[in-house]
Amino acid sequence: MREIVAFSLLNGAVYGLLLFMLSSGLTLIFSMMGVLNFAHASVFMLGAYFSWQISRWIGFWPALVVAPLLCGLIGAAIERYGLRGVHRQGHVAEILFTFGLAYVIGELVIMGWGRNPIENRVPAVIDFAAFRVFGTSYPFYKVLMTLISVGMFTFLYLAFKRTRVGLVIQAALTHPQMVGALGHDVPRLFVLVFAIGSALAGLAGVIGGFALLTEPNMAAALGPIVFVVVVVGGLGSIPGAFVASMLIGIVQTFAVAVDYSLMDLLRTLGASVPASPFLREVVSVKLAQAAPMIPYLLLVLVLIVRPRGLMGTRET
Amino acid sequence: MIARARPAWWLGAAVLLAVLPWVPGLQSDFGRSLLSQMGIAAIFALSYNLLLGQTGLLSFGHAVYFGLGGYVSAHFMRAINAGLPVPIALVPVAGALAGLAFGIAFGALTTRRGGTIFALISLGVGELVHATSLMLPSFFGGEEGVTASRTKAPHPLGLDFGSQLQVYYVIAAWLLVAALLMHAFMRTPVGRLCNAVRDNPERVEFIGYNPQRVRFIVFSIAAAFAGLAGGLHAINYEIVAAEALSATRSGEVLLMVYIGGVHHFMGAILGAAAITWLQVSLSDYTTAWLLYLGLLFMGIVAFVPGGLAGLVTMHLAALRTRALAAIARAYAAALPVALLASAGAITLIEIAYRRSTQPEAGTRMKLFWIPMDTAKPWPWLAAAALLAVGAAALLRLWPRVSRAWASAGEELHGRG
Repeated sequence: MREIVAFSLLNGAVYGLLLFMLSSGLTLIFSMMGVLNFAHASVFMLGAYFSWQISRWIGFWPALVVAPLLCGLIGAAIERYGLRGVHRQGHVAEILFTFGLAYVIGELVIMGWGRNPIENRVPAVIDFAAFRVFGTSYPFYKVLMTLISVGMFTFLYLAFKRTRVGLVIQAALTHPQMVGALGHDVPRLFVLVFAIGSALAGLAGVIGGFALLTEPNMAAALGPIVFVVVVVGGLGSIPGAFVASMLIGIVQTFAVAVDYSLMDLLRTLGASVPASPFLREVVSVKLAQAAPMIPYLLLVLVLIVRPRGLMGTRET
Repeated sequence: MIARARPAWWLGAAVLLAVLPWVPGLQSDFGRSLLSQMGIAAIFALSYNLLLGQTGLLSFGHAVYFGLGGYVSAHFMRAINAGLPVPIALVPVAGALAGLAFGIAFGALTTRRGGTIFALISLGVGELVHATSLMLPSFFGGEEGVTASRTKAPHPLGLDFGSQLQVYYVIAAWLLVAALLMHAFMRTPVGRLCNAVRDNPERVEFIGYNPQRVRFIVFSIAAAFAGLAGGLHAINYEIVAAEALSATRSGEVLLMVYIGGVHHFMGAILGAAAITWLQVSLSDYTTAWLLYLGLLFMGIVAFVPGGLAGLVTMHLAALRTRALAAIARAYAAALPVALLASAGAITLIEIAYRRSTQPEAGTRMKLFWIPMDTAKPWPWLAAAALLAVGAAALLRLWPRVSRAWASAGEELHGRG
């Protein structure tokens, strides 16, 4: 039992950190521009594919730097040459633009690397045991994932609180017009934020690609969960995104490990088991089966009960 | 605002729907099946446009009501197969009622806000229902879905659903009824309030109406029509599976309506027909058709906010101006280079797809009747050159087109 708890905690934390890397960029983009960026997870996917490709050419360590930079450039281009033109048609058009972009990036990935998952294995340089818990070795690449995401969190936090650009971005999150009126180039700030957010997504792709299955569908699978994190954490709040990522990561990992259903609970409480076959089926769904639903349940509940999210300063 | 319905117009639509399956080219079972799919998609898209186009509600989970309506209809059909004396043509009523019931149940919670919150909630509800559908096999039939027969039922008026033609006519009749009802709904005071909620919810509240209530009403009604379309889907395919309520289908209907044009009643029908046709026919020619669809969608969002219907009305209006000749000349100049650029882009896309998705088919292929070898550099270079030259020329010629349109616009506005 203790073993299960320890491993679920560890794996949940690693998954949560991965989610955080994805959502920290998205929460910046979302709160600053009000754009629900559907293409964000697609950039994450591009990061995974780029890192695989670049690793094959020049090795893993260079790929760890080059792939996120490429993703950042792509993000900047999306904002500068795509969204900026759509901006004057309003938010719906912007959302739809990124929605279409997600389709197109998914297809471009198929065009580049085929429909089947690529063999994105953990590179040999980071594939060794870091330490042992309960007689099972814990892989180093997961430790590396943790280190990189914690480092990134610190970097982001300091950049926000201590640098001039950080302060301007923070101001632009809540009062873009005022920041513009004070003479700051807000559109350029948008490009910068988009580039940083996309680079972070790309970085998450590099180190998360081999933890998940690298295939053209991975963006569609992960995209909605990242939205959940952003909404639950609260708009524009990096700490909120962090807390929400860890929450969802750990809860989901635990749920997968729990093999109980409502039926078991009813029996333990000594309550009667429902007679109708349909209700019986409903209560006998195991928590592990229902795990994929948990984030969405959380999303709907938060949006209905507290649209500000856990740590947000304003409504979605 | 939606124009008043003219009886002649609806009569024309009815005649068109009746004649379509006899048009050469559509006279086969394949053509009639295509028309049936278009009809179902058109009802679904019209219901979606009640939300997006008329009320400004962007939903990413409208297929939930299509799918649930479909499932309930499939179970209803099974009951008919087992002896319930109801004609199959009335099955969509069950679908519509199911859609309405689920629309009321989910809408009560999700329509409290509009805008981005609504969009996110609809996404969440869509994922929730889809996940549920895979967990409860006794109602949703698990991976295989629920099957039912449309022929094992009472046959009033000789309707035995043996041929695709009969299925088509039932779908066409329902399309006409649904379109009429939705059109009429938009002309009721509630329907007009929907437009007001879309344009300025604060002001609606100010003059004493409750936007939340308006959103709830239109949401339930849209869900009912989506359920009706789902019922027709159950009749047409005799199977409903989890794919019917998936995020993919929700995205599809969004694409249809936006490409067709959100500001026009006909837009949704146009978009549904166009996208269904692309799905059925383009997918025969190329495996890259989703990419073309995505690019088309992005192009429409970026450059043609009015969609296909907007393009049509724009050109119809231009017919009455003196700038028509200038527009035609500008088009004539731009068309060849646009074709050139597209040919280059299509060639690049096709050979890249062949290389990555069908390596077993070898490197030799034929495109535009020209044999080529994707392992050699020349097809890539030639296609890239075509694209670059065409795009550069198009960029140079485009100001002529926009100038011609600007003068047409001036003339129209001058007249008032």
